[in-house]
Amino acid sequence: MVADTSVTLSGLRLDNPVIPASGTFGYGREFSEFYDLDILGSFSFKGTTREPRFGNPTPRIAECTSGIINSVGLQNPGIDAVIEHELPHLRTIFHKPVIANISGFSIDEYRYCCERIDKEEQVGIIEVNISCPNVRHGGMSFGTSPECAAEVTRAVKEVTTKPVYVKLSPNVTDIVSIARACEDAGADGLCLVNTMMGMRIDTVRRRAVIANKAGGFSGAAIFPVALRMVWQTAQACRIPIIGCGGVSSAADVIEMMMAGASAVEVGTANLLNPYACKEIIEALPAEMERLGIEKLTDIIGAVK
Amino acid sequence: MYKKGIYEIESNEPLTAAVWRMRLAGDTQYITAAGQFVNIAVEGCYLRRPISVCDVDEGHITIIYKTVGRGTEIMSRMRAGERLDLLTGLGNGFSTDNAARRPLLAGGGVGIPPLYNLAKRLKAQGRDVAAVLGFNRADEIFCADEFRALGIDVRIATTDGSAGIKGFVTDAMRGMDFDYVYSCGPLPMLRAVCEATDCDGEYSFEERMGCGFGACMGCTCNTAGGAKRICKEGPVLKKSEIIW
Repeated sequence: MVADTSVTLSGLRLDNPVIPASGTFGYGREFSEFYDLDILGSFSFKGTTREPRFGNPTPRIAECTSGIINSVGLQNPGIDAVIEHELPHLRTIFHKPVIANISGFSIDEYRYCCERIDKEEQVGIIEVNISCPNVRHGGMSFGTSPECAAEVTRAVKEVTTKPVYVKLSPNVTDIVSIARACEDAGADGLCLVNTMMGMRIDTVRRRAVIANKAGGFSGAAIFPVALRMVWQTAQACRIPIIGCGGVSSAADVIEMMMAGASAVEVGTANLLNPYACKEIIEALPAEMERLGIEKLTDIIGAVK
Repeated sequence: MYKKGIYEIESNEPLTAAVWRMRLAGDTQYITAAGQFVNIAVEGCYLRRPISVCDVDEGHITIIYKTVGRGTEIMSRMRAGERLDLLTGLGNGFSTDNAARRPLLAGGGVGIPPLYNLAKRLKAQGRDVAAVLGFNRADEIFCADEFRALGIDVRIATTDGSAGIKGFVTDAMRGMDFDYVYSCGPLPMLRAVCEATDCDGEYSFEERMGCGFGACMGCTCNTAGGAKRICKEGPVLKKSEIIW
């Protein structure tokens, strides 16, 4: 039995469902020193904004039990530098369509960045991160209201031709209503979830470990929460879902897909073990065989 | 270039009440400069522990670490024969291609170890190396004899005066003749050393890291040359780049 690990996202065929998650893989440079990136299904590059961003003050990282909190603050060189420098370099180390992760602090910014990245041939999917604060709405994240989430989705869809996947924030009361709002607004797919807000305190110094006090909690610890949200959303939406949150093994990939994910993003695991995605991809066929899975697509949403 | 590998502990011994020296056997080809670090996966801890390389020879890495938290506590309980998963060859270390004839190594506490391999390299180039090593107390002193054994003029400073000169590294540096500074230690010490010296130099910084190899942007600092990652473009920065 030859295990078929291929999956499809909005017409884009991936050799396997494993996608390094945005913010844990830069623009590929660092990992290309460890292994050949072409083994990946795709990869989602670092969240990119209109202007270059330095990000937040340090410390930006706090360790937790089976997870980390980060408050990097969307450090990135800005869309111009990404198009001029990172994408041409990326073409030399990754020869498949890439997922462009776009962040913004206003509808205009999302529209501007997505319109520009849409013209880049190597971009297969545009992934819109709506966890950023909406400057015009008192800093509340776009991703926390169905209306704002739908507004971003509509604005981006108007200026793009490529599939648009909206990456949802888990820090909401009802993820399904937001997922539905994005679907209704024309999203081609969803990615869930982003990091969960968390905090650690240095009890000796009596202050928050992270300079920004709180940050995004990620890693193996959040897997069950992410899985539950993927499953709930899959019951309510028809568009494909990329499952993301704590995925650290081939078994996690399969679990996420049974919950309803068509592909899976691996994030924090890359930071602990730079070979994480490679090892997961290599372990997938054996894990499929163990579970009697011939085609990975057969198990998508197997659990109702 | 960096690489992940499995290393066997050859020895792991205390040098003081809280400072340990561990010698590891394994591939060292990716360690190319003094001041680079390794990132160690510790069983039971989620993130790796970044520790600077004290010394390296073909097939062996020596690290000196202080037990400051759970990860280093666990490391201190490990025995010869046990194995550790390391990323090696991380970071941009100290350069040894400058024209300095009388370099000064200024180290404080667990900032001292990476200066040891640097001292060796500089001595091998025939330079007139001096070192000032700062500690809190006499019973916290480590590595001083190892530096002396290299034929280096070593001065000790302790904050309580229990050994060497009473005061900070900068107090012990007064009147010394040097034309370049290499420094590693706590941030206030680095800044004091930098501000007390007119000559050029290189300073090794510390920051909480996520990955240790440049992917997560967790340890970014601002420099005269723009944003730099302590784990990738650092930990060693040139004096001209540093924004205090």
